[in-house]
Amino acid sequence: MQKIMVGIKRVVDFNVRIRVKADGSGVMLDGLKMSVNPFDEIALEEALRIKERGSNIEVVAVSIGVADTQQQLRTALAMGADRAILVQTDAAIEPLTAAKVFLALAKQENPDLILLGKQAIDDDANQTGQMLAALWERPQATFASKIEFSTGKASVTSEVDAGLKTIEVDLPAVMTVDLRLNEPRYVKLPDIMKAKKKPLDVTSLDALSVGATGWLKTLKTEPPPQRQKGIMVKDAAELVEVLKKKGLI
Amino acid sequence: MHKILIIGEHDGKTLNPATAKCVTCAAGIPEAEITVAVFGADTSTVATQAAALSGVKAVLRVDRAENLHPLAAIFAPQLAALAADYTHVFGPSTSFGKDLMPRTAALLGVAQVSDLMAVEGAYRFRRPIYAGNAIVTVEADPSRKLIATVRVASFQAAPAGGNATVASKSLDVSLPSHTRYIGAKSGSTDRPDLQTAARVISGGRALGSAENFKLLFSLADKLGAAVGASRAAVDAGYAPNEMQVGQTGKIISPEIYIAIGISGAIQHLTGIKDARTIVAINKDGEAPIFEVADVGLVGDLFQIVPELERLIG
Ligand SMILES: Cc1cc2nc3c(=O)[nH]c(=O)nc-3n(C[C@H](O)[C@H](O)[C@H](O)COP(=O)(O)OP(=O)(O)OC[C@H]3O[C@@H](n4cnc5c(N)ncnc54)[C@H](O)[C@@H]3O)c2cc1C
Repeated sequence: MQKIMVGIKRVVDFNVRIRVKADGSGVMLDGLKMSVNPFDEIALEEALRIKERGSNIEVVAVSIGVADTQQQLRTALAMGADRAILVQTDAAIEPLTAAKVFLALAKQENPDLILLGKQAIDDDANQTGQMLAALWERPQATFASKIEFSTGKASVTSEVDAGLKTIEVDLPAVMTVDLRLNEPRYVKLPDIMKAKKKPLDVTSLDALSVGATGWLKTLKTEPPPQRQKGIMVKDAAELVEVLKKKGLI
Repeated sequence: MHKILIIGEHDGKTLNPATAKCVTCAAGIPEAEITVAVFGADTSTVATQAAALSGVKAVLRVDRAENLHPLAAIFAPQLAALAADYTHVFGPSTSFGKDLMPRTAALLGVAQVSDLMAVEGAYRFRRPIYAGNAIVTVEADPSRKLIATVRVASFQAAPAGGNATVASKSLDVSLPSHTRYIGAKSGSTDRPDLQTAARVISGGRALGSAENFKLLFSLADKLGAAVGASRAAVDAGYAPNEMQVGQTGKIISPEIYIAIGISGAIQHLTGIKDARTIVAINKDGEAPIFEVADVGLVGDLFQIVPELERLIG
Protein backbone atom coordinates (compact mmCIF):
# COMPACT_ATOMS: atom_id res chain seq x y z
CA MET A 1 0.00 0.00 0.00
CA GLN A 2 1.31 3.39 -0.95
CA LYS A 3 -1.42 5.92 -0.68
CA ILE A 4 -4.59 6.38 1.37
CA MET A 5 -7.12 9.11 0.60
CA VAL A 6 -9.37 10.21 3.47
CA GLY A 7 -12.52 12.32 3.17
CA ILE A 8 -12.92 15.11 5.72
CA LYS A 9 -16.24 16.97 5.99
CA ARG A 10 -16.75 20.22 7.87
CA VAL A 11 -19.91 19.93 9.98
CA VAL A 12 -21.50 21.54 13.02
CA ASP A 13 -19.77 20.08 16.08
CA PHE A 14 -21.60 17.04 17.46
CA ASN A 15 -22.03 18.70 20.84
CA VAL A 16 -23.95 21.67 19.41
CA ARG A 17 -27.72 21.49 19.31
CA ILE A 18 -28.86 23.09 16.06
CA ARG A 19 -31.98 25.21 15.65
CA VAL A 20 -34.25 25.64 12.66
CA LYS A 21 -34.76 29.14 11.21
CA ALA A 22 -38.16 30.59 12.03
CA ASP A 23 -39.02 31.07 8.34
CA GLY A 24 -38.38 27.38 7.61
CA SER A 25 -35.63 28.18 5.11
CA GLY A 26 -32.99 26.04 6.78
CA VAL A 27 -30.88 25.51 9.87
CA MET A 28 -29.18 28.40 11.70
CA LEU A 29 -25.47 27.88 11.19
CA ASP A 30 -24.05 31.34 11.87
CA GLY A 31 -21.47 31.38 14.63
CA LEU A 32 -21.78 27.70 15.46
CA LYS A 33 -18.68 25.68 16.31
CA MET A 34 -17.62 23.70 13.24
CA SER A 35 -15.56 20.50 13.43
CA VAL A 36 -14.42 17.52 11.46
CA ASN A 37 -17.33 15.06 11.06
CA PRO A 38 -16.68 12.54 13.89
CA PHE A 39 -16.82 9.55 11.54
CA ASP A 40 -14.22 11.18 9.27
CA GLU A 41 -11.92 11.64 12.25
CA ILE A 42 -12.12 7.89 12.79
CA ALA A 43 -11.40 7.29 9.09
CA LEU A 44 -8.31 9.49 9.34
CA GLU A 45 -7.16 7.84 12.55
CA GLU A 46 -7.38 4.45 10.83
CA ALA A 47 -5.36 5.72 7.89
CA LEU A 48 -2.70 7.03 10.26
CA ARG A 49 -2.51 3.72 12.11
CA ILE A 50 -2.09 1.87 8.80
CA LYS A 51 0.64 4.36 7.87
CA GLU A 52 2.39 3.88 11.20
CA ARG A 53 2.36 0.10 10.79
CA GLY A 54 3.64 0.19 7.21
CA SER A 55 6.32 2.12 5.49
CA ASN A 56 6.21 4.99 3.08
CA ILE A 57 2.46 5.33 3.00
CA GLU A 58 1.16 8.76 2.12
CA VAL A 59 -2.10 9.93 3.70
CA VAL A 60 -3.97 12.57 1.72
CA ALA A 61 -6.91 14.34 3.37
CA VAL A 62 -9.48 15.72 0.93
CA SER A 63 -12.49 17.92 1.47
CA ILE A 64 -15.17 19.76 -0.47
CA GLY A 65 -16.53 22.97 0.98
CA VAL A 66 -16.25 26.66 1.75
CA ALA A 67 -12.88 28.42 2.15
CA ASP A 68 -13.02 27.97 5.94
CA THR A 69 -12.90 24.20 5.47
CA GLN A 70 -9.13 24.78 5.49
CA GLN A 71 -9.49 24.80 9.30
CA GLN A 72 -10.72 21.20 9.33
CA LEU A 73 -8.02 20.16 6.85
CA ARG A 74 -5.40 21.80 9.10
CA THR A 75 -6.77 19.67 11.94
CA ALA A 76 -6.36 16.62 9.72
CA LEU A 77 -2.77 17.65 8.94
CA ALA A 78 -2.11 18.19 12.64
CA MET A 79 -3.42 14.70 13.37
CA GLY A 80 -0.84 13.38 10.90
CA ALA A 81 -2.06 13.54 7.30
CA ASP A 82 0.81 14.30 4.92
CA ARG A 83 -1.01 16.74 2.68
CA ALA A 84 -4.47 18.02 1.98
CA ILE A 85 -6.63 19.04 -0.96
CA LEU A 86 -9.61 21.38 -0.65
CA VAL A 87 -12.10 21.46 -3.49
CA GLN A 88 -13.39 24.91 -2.65
CA THR A 89 -17.03 25.75 -3.34
CA ASP A 90 -19.88 27.67 -1.76
CA ALA A 91 -22.43 25.38 -3.38
CA ALA A 92 -24.41 22.87 -1.34
CA ILE A 93 -22.86 19.53 -2.28
CA GLU A 94 -25.10 16.48 -2.38
CA PRO A 95 -23.65 12.97 -1.91
CA LEU A 96 -23.67 12.06 -5.62
CA THR A 97 -21.73 15.21 -6.44
CA ALA A 98 -19.31 14.55 -3.59
CA ALA A 99 -18.78 11.03 -4.98
CA LYS A 100 -18.03 12.48 -8.42
CA VAL A 101 -15.52 14.90 -6.93
CA PHE A 102 -13.80 12.11 -4.99
CA LEU A 103 -13.77 10.01 -8.16
CA ALA A 104 -12.01 12.80 -10.03
CA LEU A 105 -9.47 13.07 -7.19
CA ALA A 106 -9.04 9.28 -7.10
CA LYS A 107 -8.20 9.30 -10.79
CA GLN A 108 -5.53 11.93 -10.16
CA GLU A 109 -4.12 10.39 -7.00
CA ASN A 110 -4.56 6.65 -7.61
CA PRO A 111 -4.91 5.70 -3.94
CA ASP A 112 -4.92 2.04 -2.84
CA LEU A 113 -7.57 2.81 -0.29
CA ILE A 114 -10.19 5.51 0.23
CA LEU A 115 -11.47 5.83 3.78
CA LEU A 116 -14.60 7.84 4.51
CA GLY A 117 -16.95 8.22 7.46
CA LYS A 118 -20.08 6.11 7.12
CA GLN A 119 -22.22 9.23 7.33
CA ALA A 120 -21.93 12.93 8.00
CA ILE A 121 -23.79 14.12 11.06
CA ASP A 122 -25.39 17.06 9.24
CA ASP A 123 -27.38 15.51 6.37
CA ASP A 124 -27.09 11.95 7.80
CA ALA A 125 -27.29 10.68 4.20
CA ASN A 126 -24.95 7.67 4.42
CA GLN A 127 -24.38 7.53 0.65
CA THR A 128 -21.08 9.03 -0.51
CA GLY A 129 -18.76 6.06 0.02
CA GLN A 130 -21.11 3.58 -1.64
CA MET A 131 -21.66 5.93 -4.58
CA LEU A 132 -17.95 6.55 -4.98
CA ALA A 133 -17.23 2.80 -4.98
CA ALA A 134 -19.86 2.29 -7.71
CA LEU A 135 -18.52 5.10 -9.90
CA TRP A 136 -14.92 3.97 -9.36
CA GLU A 137 -16.04 0.38 -10.14
CA ARG A 138 -14.29 -0.84 -7.01
CA PRO A 139 -15.38 -2.79 -3.90
CA GLN A 140 -17.04 -1.14 -0.94
CA ALA A 141 -16.85 -2.17 2.68
CA THR A 142 -19.28 -0.12 4.71
CA PHE A 143 -19.65 0.52 8.48
CA ALA A 144 -16.25 -1.00 9.22
CA SER A 145 -15.44 -1.85 12.82
CA LYS A 146 -12.31 -3.88 12.05
CA ILE A 147 -9.97 -3.82 9.04
CA GLU A 148 -7.12 -6.25 8.35
CA PHE A 149 -4.86 -6.20 5.31
CA SER A 150 -3.02 -8.90 3.43
CA THR A 151 -1.34 -8.61 0.05
CA GLY A 152 -3.63 -6.81 -2.35
CA LYS A 153 -6.74 -7.30 -0.26
CA ALA A 154 -8.44 -6.58 3.03
CA SER A 155 -10.81 -8.34 5.36
CA VAL A 156 -13.39 -5.97 6.82
CA THR A 157 -15.80 -6.62 9.67
CA SER A 158 -18.86 -4.42 9.71
CA GLU A 159 -21.49 -3.69 12.31
CA VAL A 160 -24.79 -4.75 10.78
CA ASP A 161 -28.29 -4.99 12.25
CA ALA A 162 -27.93 -8.68 13.04
CA GLY A 163 -24.47 -8.39 14.58
CA LEU A 164 -21.19 -8.53 12.69
CA LYS A 165 -20.48 -9.38 9.05
CA THR A 166 -17.07 -9.98 7.50
CA ILE A 167 -16.24 -9.59 3.82
CA GLU A 168 -13.03 -9.67 1.82
CA VAL A 169 -12.33 -7.02 -0.79
CA ASP A 170 -9.58 -6.57 -3.35
CA LEU A 171 -7.69 -3.29 -3.29
CA PRO A 172 -8.13 -0.56 -4.30
CA ALA A 173 -11.35 -0.24 -2.35
CA VAL A 174 -13.58 2.26 -0.62
CA MET A 175 -14.26 1.73 3.07
CA THR A 176 -16.65 3.65 5.28
CA VAL A 177 -16.01 3.53 8.99
CA ASP A 178 -18.16 3.14 12.08
CA LEU A 179 -17.62 4.52 15.57
CA ARG A 180 -16.03 1.51 17.18
CA LEU A 181 -13.19 1.11 14.67
CA ASN A 182 -10.82 3.18 16.81
CA GLU A 183 -10.53 6.18 19.08
CA PRO A 184 -9.03 9.18 17.31
CA ARG A 185 -5.92 10.74 18.83
CA TYR A 186 -5.85 14.21 20.34
CA VAL A 187 -3.97 16.86 18.47
CA LYS A 188 -1.01 18.33 20.34
CA LEU A 189 0.11 21.93 20.06
CA PRO A 190 3.47 21.21 18.35
CA ASP A 191 1.58 19.19 15.75
CA ILE A 192 -0.62 22.18 15.01
CA MET A 193 2.51 24.28 14.41
CA LYS A 194 4.01 21.59 12.16
CA ALA A 195 0.75 21.25 10.24
CA LYS A 196 1.01 24.87 9.14
CA LYS A 197 3.95 23.94 6.93
CA LYS A 198 2.30 20.92 5.32
CA PRO A 199 0.95 21.36 1.78
CA LEU A 200 -2.73 22.24 1.43
CA ASP A 201 -3.76 22.62 -2.22
CA VAL A 202 -6.93 24.42 -3.17
CA THR A 203 -8.73 23.44 -6.33
CA SER A 204 -12.26 23.83 -7.70
CA LEU A 205 -15.16 21.86 -9.12
CA ASP A 206 -14.41 23.41 -12.51
CA ALA A 207 -10.81 22.23 -12.44
CA LEU A 208 -12.09 18.71 -11.80
CA SER A 209 -14.86 19.09 -14.42
CA VAL A 210 -17.61 18.28 -11.94
CA GLY A 211 -20.83 20.29 -11.99
CA ALA A 212 -22.54 21.17 -8.69
CA THR A 213 -25.82 19.60 -9.76
CA GLY A 214 -28.64 20.05 -7.27
CA TRP A 215 -30.56 16.80 -7.45
CA LEU A 216 -32.98 17.52 -4.67
CA LYS A 217 -34.85 20.71 -3.90
CA THR A 218 -35.33 21.42 -0.22
CA LEU A 219 -38.74 23.04 0.08
CA LYS A 220 -38.95 23.49 3.81
CA THR A 221 -37.06 22.85 7.05
CA GLU A 222 -38.99 22.35 10.26
CA PRO A 223 -38.19 21.49 13.85
CA PRO A 224 -39.26 17.97 14.84
CA PRO A 225 -42.44 17.56 16.87
CA GLN A 226 -41.51 18.20 20.49
CA ARG A 227 -42.30 15.61 23.10
CA GLN A 228 -44.07 17.00 26.14
CA LYS A 229 -42.36 16.67 29.49
CA GLY A 230 -44.28 13.98 31.33
CA ILE A 231 -44.93 13.15 34.94
CA MET A 232 -42.54 12.08 37.70
CA VAL A 233 -43.33 9.18 39.96
CA LYS A 234 -41.85 8.66 43.43
CA ASP A 235 -41.02 4.95 43.44
CA ALA A 236 -41.16 1.63 41.64
CA ALA A 237 -44.62 0.83 42.97
CA GLU A 238 -46.09 4.05 41.58
CA LEU A 239 -44.33 3.46 38.25
CA VAL A 240 -45.88 0.01 37.91
CA GLU A 241 -49.28 1.46 38.83
CA VAL A 242 -49.03 4.21 36.18
CA LEU A 243 -47.90 1.79 33.47
CA LYS A 244 -50.66 -0.65 34.32
CA LYS A 245 -53.23 2.15 34.12
CA LYS A 246 -51.90 3.09 30.68
CA GLY A 247 -52.25 -0.54 29.64
CA LEU A 248 -48.55 -0.75 28.85
CA ILE A 249 -47.66 -3.68 31.07
CA MET B 1 -49.16 5.35 -12.61
CA HIS B 2 -46.03 4.95 -10.48
CA LYS B 3 -44.26 1.64 -10.68
CA ILE B 4 -42.39 1.01 -7.46
CA LEU B 5 -39.78 -1.68 -6.98
CA ILE B 6 -38.89 -2.67 -3.43
CA ILE B 7 -35.84 -4.78 -2.70
CA GLY B 8 -36.88 -7.37 -0.14
CA GLU B 9 -34.60 -8.03 2.80
CA HIS B 10 -34.40 -11.59 4.13
CA ASP B 11 -32.05 -14.21 5.52
CA GLY B 12 -33.09 -16.97 3.12
CA LYS B 13 -35.84 -18.21 5.45
CA THR B 14 -37.74 -15.18 6.69
CA LEU B 15 -38.63 -11.90 5.07
CA ASN B 16 -37.43 -9.08 7.33
CA PRO B 17 -40.36 -6.97 8.65
CA ALA B 18 -38.55 -3.94 7.18
CA THR B 19 -39.85 -5.04 3.77
CA ALA B 20 -43.48 -4.87 4.89
CA LYS B 21 -42.79 -1.35 6.17
CA CYS B 22 -41.35 -0.31 2.81
CA VAL B 23 -44.57 -1.57 1.23
CA THR B 24 -46.62 0.73 3.47
CA CYS B 25 -44.39 3.66 2.55
CA ALA B 26 -44.69 2.85 -1.17
CA ALA B 27 -48.46 2.49 -0.89
CA GLY B 28 -48.56 6.16 0.15
CA ILE B 29 -47.46 7.19 -3.32
CA PRO B 30 -50.36 8.13 -5.61
CA GLU B 31 -51.32 5.38 -8.08
CA ALA B 32 -48.64 3.05 -6.84
CA GLU B 33 -48.12 -0.36 -8.37
CA ILE B 34 -45.80 -2.26 -6.05
CA THR B 35 -43.36 -5.02 -6.96
CA VAL B 36 -41.06 -6.71 -4.44
CA ALA B 37 -37.83 -8.26 -5.71
CA VAL B 38 -36.09 -10.94 -3.67
CA PHE B 39 -32.49 -11.87 -4.43
CA GLY B 40 -31.02 -15.11 -3.13
CA ALA B 41 -29.78 -18.59 -3.94
CA ASP B 42 -33.27 -20.01 -3.38
CA THR B 43 -35.97 -17.46 -2.66
CA SER B 44 -39.02 -19.73 -2.85
CA THR B 45 -39.92 -19.34 0.84
CA VAL B 46 -39.37 -15.60 1.15
CA ALA B 47 -41.08 -14.95 -2.19
CA THR B 48 -44.22 -16.60 -0.82
CA GLN B 49 -44.02 -14.40 2.26
CA ALA B 50 -43.62 -11.27 0.13
CA ALA B 51 -46.55 -12.26 -2.08
CA ALA B 52 -48.78 -12.43 1.00
CA LEU B 53 -48.21 -8.77 1.88
CA SER B 54 -51.26 -6.65 1.28
CA GLY B 55 -50.67 -4.08 -1.46
CA VAL B 56 -48.00 -6.04 -3.37
CA LYS B 57 -48.91 -6.69 -7.02
CA ALA B 58 -45.98 -8.84 -8.08
CA VAL B 59 -42.96 -10.59 -6.62
CA LEU B 60 -39.84 -11.14 -8.70
CA ARG B 61 -37.45 -13.88 -7.72
CA VAL B 62 -33.86 -13.38 -8.76
CA ASP B 63 -32.24 -16.68 -7.83
CA ARG B 64 -28.58 -17.09 -8.51
CA ALA B 65 -25.79 -18.89 -6.62
CA GLU B 66 -23.88 -15.59 -6.24
CA ASN B 67 -26.89 -14.11 -4.42
CA LEU B 68 -26.58 -16.45 -1.43
CA HIS B 69 -25.24 -13.63 0.77
CA PRO B 70 -26.26 -10.00 0.45
CA LEU B 71 -23.22 -8.19 -0.93
CA ALA B 72 -23.89 -4.70 -2.28
CA ALA B 73 -21.27 -5.08 -5.01
CA ILE B 74 -23.10 -8.19 -6.28
CA PHE B 75 -26.70 -7.04 -5.75
CA ALA B 76 -26.39 -3.45 -7.02
CA PRO B 77 -25.74 -4.19 -10.72
CA GLN B 78 -28.69 -6.61 -10.72
CA LEU B 79 -30.99 -4.18 -8.96
CA ALA B 80 -29.91 -1.41 -11.33
CA ALA B 81 -30.77 -3.65 -14.29
CA LEU B 82 -34.18 -4.52 -12.81
CA ALA B 83 -34.87 -0.84 -12.13
CA ALA B 84 -35.27 -0.09 -15.84
CA ASP B 85 -39.01 -0.83 -15.73
CA TYR B 86 -39.77 1.23 -12.64
CA THR B 87 -40.21 4.87 -11.65
CA HIS B 88 -39.14 4.34 -8.04
CA VAL B 89 -36.79 1.90 -6.28
CA PHE B 90 -37.09 1.62 -2.49
CA GLY B 91 -35.02 -0.24 0.07
CA PRO B 92 -35.14 -0.21 3.87
CA SER B 93 -32.93 2.06 5.97
CA THR B 94 -31.35 -0.99 7.55
CA SER B 95 -27.67 -1.88 7.31
CA PHE B 96 -28.61 -3.99 4.24
CA GLY B 97 -30.45 -1.15 2.47
CA LYS B 98 -27.96 1.55 3.45
CA ASP B 99 -25.16 -0.51 1.94
CA LEU B 100 -26.98 -1.43 -1.27
CA MET B 101 -29.17 1.50 -2.31
CA PRO B 102 -26.56 4.27 -2.82
CA ARG B 103 -24.42 1.92 -4.90
CA THR B 104 -27.47 1.16 -7.04
CA ALA B 105 -28.35 4.86 -7.36
CA ALA B 106 -24.83 5.74 -8.52
CA LEU B 107 -24.88 2.93 -11.11
CA LEU B 108 -28.09 4.48 -12.42
CA GLY B 109 -26.53 7.94 -12.31
CA VAL B 110 -29.17 9.36 -10.00
CA ALA B 111 -29.31 10.74 -6.47
CA GLN B 112 -30.86 8.99 -3.49
CA VAL B 113 -33.25 10.26 -0.87
CA SER B 114 -32.30 8.68 2.46
CA ASP B 115 -34.62 7.82 5.33
CA LEU B 116 -38.08 8.70 3.99
CA MET B 117 -40.26 9.34 7.02
CA ALA B 118 -43.37 10.63 5.22
CA VAL B 119 -44.64 10.66 1.66
CA GLU B 120 -46.16 13.96 0.49
CA GLY B 121 -46.34 13.15 -3.19
CA ALA B 122 -44.77 10.86 -5.74
CA TYR B 123 -41.58 12.94 -5.66
CA ARG B 124 -41.99 14.86 -2.43
CA PHE B 125 -40.91 13.45 0.91
CA ARG B 126 -40.00 14.38 4.46
CA ARG B 127 -36.76 13.15 5.99
CA PRO B 128 -34.74 13.87 9.16
CA ILE B 129 -31.37 15.63 9.21
CA TYR B 130 -29.04 16.57 12.10
CA ALA B 131 -29.89 13.42 14.07
CA GLY B 132 -33.58 14.22 13.75
CA ASN B 133 -33.26 17.75 15.12
CA ALA B 134 -34.66 19.13 11.86
CA ILE B 135 -37.05 17.68 9.32
CA VAL B 136 -36.74 18.69 5.67
CA THR B 137 -39.29 18.41 2.91
CA VAL B 138 -37.46 17.55 -0.29
CA GLU B 139 -38.58 17.28 -3.88
CA ALA B 140 -36.88 15.20 -6.55
CA ASP B 141 -37.04 15.65 -10.32
CA PRO B 142 -40.00 13.59 -11.65
CA SER B 143 -38.19 13.02 -14.95
CA ARG B 144 -35.60 10.86 -13.20
CA LYS B 145 -35.79 7.55 -11.45
CA LEU B 146 -36.22 7.98 -7.74
CA ILE B 147 -34.05 5.88 -5.42
CA ALA B 148 -34.78 6.02 -1.72
CA THR B 149 -34.32 4.29 1.59
CA VAL B 150 -37.29 4.08 3.93
CA ARG B 151 -36.94 4.94 7.61
CA VAL B 152 -38.69 1.82 8.79
CA ALA B 153 -39.56 3.16 12.26
CA SER B 154 -41.88 5.69 10.57
CA PHE B 155 -44.19 3.11 8.99
CA GLN B 156 -46.39 0.27 10.17
CA ALA B 157 -45.84 -3.10 8.51
CA ALA B 158 -48.24 -3.85 5.65
CA PRO B 159 -50.64 -6.53 6.87
CA ALA B 160 -50.99 -9.98 5.35
CA GLY B 161 -53.85 -10.66 2.97
CA GLY B 162 -52.15 -10.00 -0.34
CA ASN B 163 -52.07 -12.35 -3.23
CA ALA B 164 -49.31 -11.21 -5.57
CA THR B 165 -48.09 -13.10 -8.59
CA VAL B 166 -44.65 -14.67 -8.21
CA ALA B 167 -42.32 -14.89 -11.19
CA SER B 168 -38.68 -15.80 -11.66
CA LYS B 169 -36.50 -13.33 -13.44
CA SER B 170 -33.12 -14.09 -14.90
CA LEU B 171 -30.88 -11.12 -15.43
CA ASP B 172 -28.03 -11.05 -17.87
CA VAL B 173 -25.68 -9.06 -15.69
CA SER B 174 -22.00 -9.82 -15.20
CA LEU B 175 -20.96 -9.66 -11.58
CA PRO B 176 -17.64 -8.54 -10.11
CA SER B 177 -15.39 -10.97 -8.23
CA HIS B 178 -13.62 -8.28 -6.18
CA THR B 179 -15.90 -8.69 -3.14
CA ARG B 180 -16.33 -11.95 -1.22
CA TYR B 181 -18.45 -12.95 1.73
CA ILE B 182 -16.50 -14.43 4.63
CA GLY B 183 -18.96 -14.85 7.48
CA ALA B 184 -21.37 -13.37 9.98
CA LYS B 185 -21.76 -13.46 13.71
CA SER B 186 -24.93 -12.70 15.54
CA GLY B 187 -25.77 -13.03 19.17
CA SER B 188 -28.91 -14.95 18.31
CA THR B 189 -31.35 -14.89 21.19
CA ASP B 190 -34.86 -16.08 21.86
CA ARG B 191 -35.77 -12.58 22.96
CA PRO B 192 -37.98 -10.32 20.85
CA ASP B 193 -36.25 -8.47 18.04
CA LEU B 194 -35.21 -4.97 19.06
CA GLN B 195 -36.47 -3.38 15.85
CA THR B 196 -39.98 -4.81 15.99
CA ALA B 197 -40.60 -5.35 19.72
CA ALA B 198 -43.55 -3.57 21.31
CA ARG B 199 -41.59 -3.21 24.54
CA VAL B 200 -37.93 -2.28 24.87
CA ILE B 201 -35.75 -1.89 27.95
CA SER B 202 -32.38 -0.21 27.42
CA GLY B 203 -29.40 0.16 29.66
CA GLY B 204 -26.63 2.74 29.71
CA ARG B 205 -23.16 3.24 31.06
CA ALA B 206 -24.59 3.18 34.59
CA LEU B 207 -25.02 -0.60 34.41
CA GLY B 208 -21.27 -0.84 34.88
CA SER B 209 -20.71 -4.36 33.51
CA ALA B 210 -22.01 -7.05 31.19
CA GLU B 211 -22.84 -9.01 34.34
CA ASN B 212 -25.15 -6.25 35.56
CA PHE B 213 -26.95 -6.17 32.21
CA LYS B 214 -28.47 -9.49 33.33
CA LEU B 215 -30.67 -7.40 35.63
CA LEU B 216 -32.25 -5.92 32.52
CA PHE B 217 -32.55 -9.22 30.70
CA SER B 218 -34.33 -10.68 33.67
CA LEU B 219 -36.81 -7.80 33.82
CA ALA B 220 -37.20 -7.91 30.03
CA ASP B 221 -38.10 -11.60 30.15
CA LYS B 222 -40.87 -10.83 32.62
CA LEU B 223 -42.27 -8.18 30.27
CA GLY B 224 -41.61 -9.96 26.99
CA ALA B 225 -39.41 -7.02 26.07
CA ALA B 226 -36.36 -6.66 23.84
CA VAL B 227 -33.17 -5.23 25.34
CA GLY B 228 -31.23 -2.29 23.94
CA ALA B 229 -28.23 -0.26 25.01
CA SER B 230 -26.65 3.17 24.72
CA ARG B 231 -23.46 3.65 22.76
CA ALA B 232 -21.51 4.12 25.98
CA ALA B 233 -22.68 0.70 27.20
CA VAL B 234 -21.73 -0.92 23.88
CA ASP B 235 -18.36 0.84 23.71
CA ALA B 236 -17.58 -0.37 27.21
CA GLY B 237 -18.35 -3.94 26.16
CA TYR B 238 -21.40 -4.37 28.42
CA ALA B 239 -23.60 -5.16 25.41
CA PRO B 240 -23.00 -6.23 21.77
CA ASN B 241 -23.17 -3.68 18.95
CA GLU B 242 -26.47 -4.95 17.56
CA MET B 243 -28.14 -3.74 20.74
CA GLN B 244 -27.19 -0.07 20.24
CA VAL B 245 -30.08 2.35 19.94
CA GLY B 246 -29.60 5.79 18.40
CA GLN B 247 -28.29 7.82 15.49
CA THR B 248 -25.66 5.22 14.71
CA GLY B 249 -27.54 2.26 16.09
CA LYS B 250 -31.12 1.20 15.64
CA ILE B 251 -34.03 3.58 15.20
CA ILE B 252 -36.98 1.99 16.95
CA SER B 253 -40.66 2.69 17.58
CA PRO B 254 -41.89 0.51 20.44
CA GLU B 255 -45.10 1.08 22.42
CA ILE B 256 -42.99 1.51 25.53
CA TYR B 257 -39.29 2.32 25.91
CA ILE B 258 -37.71 2.11 29.34
CA ALA B 259 -34.33 3.88 29.54
CA ILE B 260 -32.34 2.79 32.56
CA GLY B 261 -29.17 4.65 33.55
CA ILE B 262 -29.09 6.48 30.22
CA SER B 263 -28.45 10.24 30.25
CA GLY B 264 -30.39 11.08 27.08
CA ALA B 265 -27.76 12.45 24.66
CA ILE B 266 -29.26 13.76 21.39
CA GLN B 267 -27.67 10.88 19.47
CA HIS B 268 -29.47 8.41 21.71
CA LEU B 269 -32.80 10.26 21.57
CA THR B 270 -32.68 10.10 17.75
CA GLY B 271 -33.30 6.39 18.05
CA ILE B 272 -36.39 6.61 20.26
CA LYS B 273 -38.31 9.64 18.92
CA ASP B 274 -41.08 7.38 17.64
CA ALA B 275 -41.55 5.44 20.87
CA ARG B 276 -45.15 5.82 22.06
CA THR B 277 -44.26 6.10 25.75
CA ILE B 278 -40.80 6.76 27.17
CA VAL B 279 -40.00 5.82 30.76
CA ALA B 280 -36.73 7.00 32.32
CA ILE B 281 -35.01 5.75 35.43
CA ASN B 282 -31.96 7.77 36.39
CA LYS B 283 -30.39 8.81 39.67
CA ASP B 284 -29.76 12.32 38.37
CA GLY B 285 -32.97 14.38 38.37
CA GLU B 286 -31.32 16.81 35.94
CA ALA B 287 -30.54 14.18 33.28
CA PRO B 288 -31.75 15.32 29.84
CA ILE B 289 -33.67 12.06 29.37
CA PHE B 290 -36.32 13.48 31.72
CA GLU B 291 -37.04 16.28 29.20
CA VAL B 292 -38.55 13.73 26.83
CA ALA B 293 -39.77 11.05 29.23
CA ASP B 294 -43.50 10.53 29.66
CA VAL B 295 -42.87 8.94 33.03
CA GLY B 296 -39.72 9.61 35.05
CA LEU B 297 -38.36 8.06 38.22
CA VAL B 298 -35.31 9.48 40.01
CA GLY B 299 -33.36 6.82 41.86
CA ASP B 300 -30.73 4.12 41.90
CA LEU B 301 -31.34 1.54 39.18
CA PHE B 302 -29.72 -1.22 41.23
CA GLN B 303 -32.49 -0.79 43.78
CA ILE B 304 -35.36 0.00 41.40
CA VAL B 305 -34.89 -2.68 38.73
CA PRO B 306 -35.09 -5.71 41.08
CA GLU B 307 -38.06 -4.06 42.79
CA LEU B 308 -39.83 -3.59 39.46
CA GLU B 309 -39.26 -7.20 38.64
CA ARG B 310 -40.76 -8.26 41.94
CA LEU B 311 -43.77 -5.96 41.55
CA ILE B 312 -44.49 -7.11 38.01
CA GLY B 313 -44.07 -10.66 39.22
C1 LIG C 1 -21.32 10.74 16.01
C2 LIG C 1 -21.89 10.19 17.28
C3 LIG C 1 -22.85 9.21 17.22
C4 LIG C 1 -23.39 8.67 18.37
N1 LIG C 1 -24.35 7.71 18.27
C5 LIG C 1 -24.94 7.22 19.39
C6 LIG C 1 -25.98 6.23 19.33
O1 LIG C 1 -26.35 5.74 18.26
N2 LIG C 1 -26.53 5.81 20.50
C7 LIG C 1 -26.17 6.30 21.71
O2 LIG C 1 -26.74 5.88 22.75
N3 LIG C 1 -25.18 7.22 21.80
C8 LIG C 1 -24.56 7.68 20.67
N4 LIG C 1 -23.52 8.58 20.80
C9 LIG C 1 -22.99 8.86 22.13
C10 LIG C 1 -23.79 9.86 22.96
O3 LIG C 1 -23.35 11.17 22.66
C11 LIG C 1 -23.57 9.60 24.48
O4 LIG C 1 -22.21 9.66 24.76
C12 LIG C 1 -24.13 8.25 24.95
O5 LIG C 1 -25.45 8.07 24.50
C13 LIG C 1 -24.09 8.20 26.45
O6 LIG C 1 -24.49 6.95 26.93
P1 LIG C 1 -25.12 6.79 28.38
O7 LIG C 1 -26.34 7.62 28.50
O8 LIG C 1 -25.23 5.34 28.66
O9 LIG C 1 -23.94 7.30 29.32
P2 LIG C 1 -23.81 8.62 30.21
O10 LIG C 1 -24.06 9.83 29.41
O11 LIG C 1 -22.55 8.49 30.95
O12 LIG C 1 -25.03 8.50 31.22
C14 LIG C 1 -25.13 7.57 32.26
C15 LIG C 1 -26.34 7.96 33.09
O13 LIG C 1 -26.55 7.02 34.09
C16 LIG C 1 -26.97 7.67 35.27
N5 LIG C 1 -26.63 6.81 36.41
C17 LIG C 1 -25.39 6.51 36.89
N6 LIG C 1 -25.49 5.61 37.90
C18 LIG C 1 -26.80 5.33 38.06
C19 LIG C 1 -27.53 4.48 38.94
N7 LIG C 1 -26.92 3.71 39.85
N8 LIG C 1 -28.88 4.45 38.81
C20 LIG C 1 -29.52 5.20 37.89
N9 LIG C 1 -28.87 6.03 37.03
C21 LIG C 1 -27.54 6.08 37.12
C22 LIG C 1 -26.24 8.97 35.26
O14 LIG C 1 -26.95 9.94 36.03
C23 LIG C 1 -26.22 9.31 33.77
O15 LIG C 1 -27.34 10.11 33.41
C24 LIG C 1 -22.96 9.13 19.63
C25 LIG C 1 -22.00 10.13 19.71
C26 LIG C 1 -21.45 10.65 18.55
C27 LIG C 1 -20.41 11.70 18.65
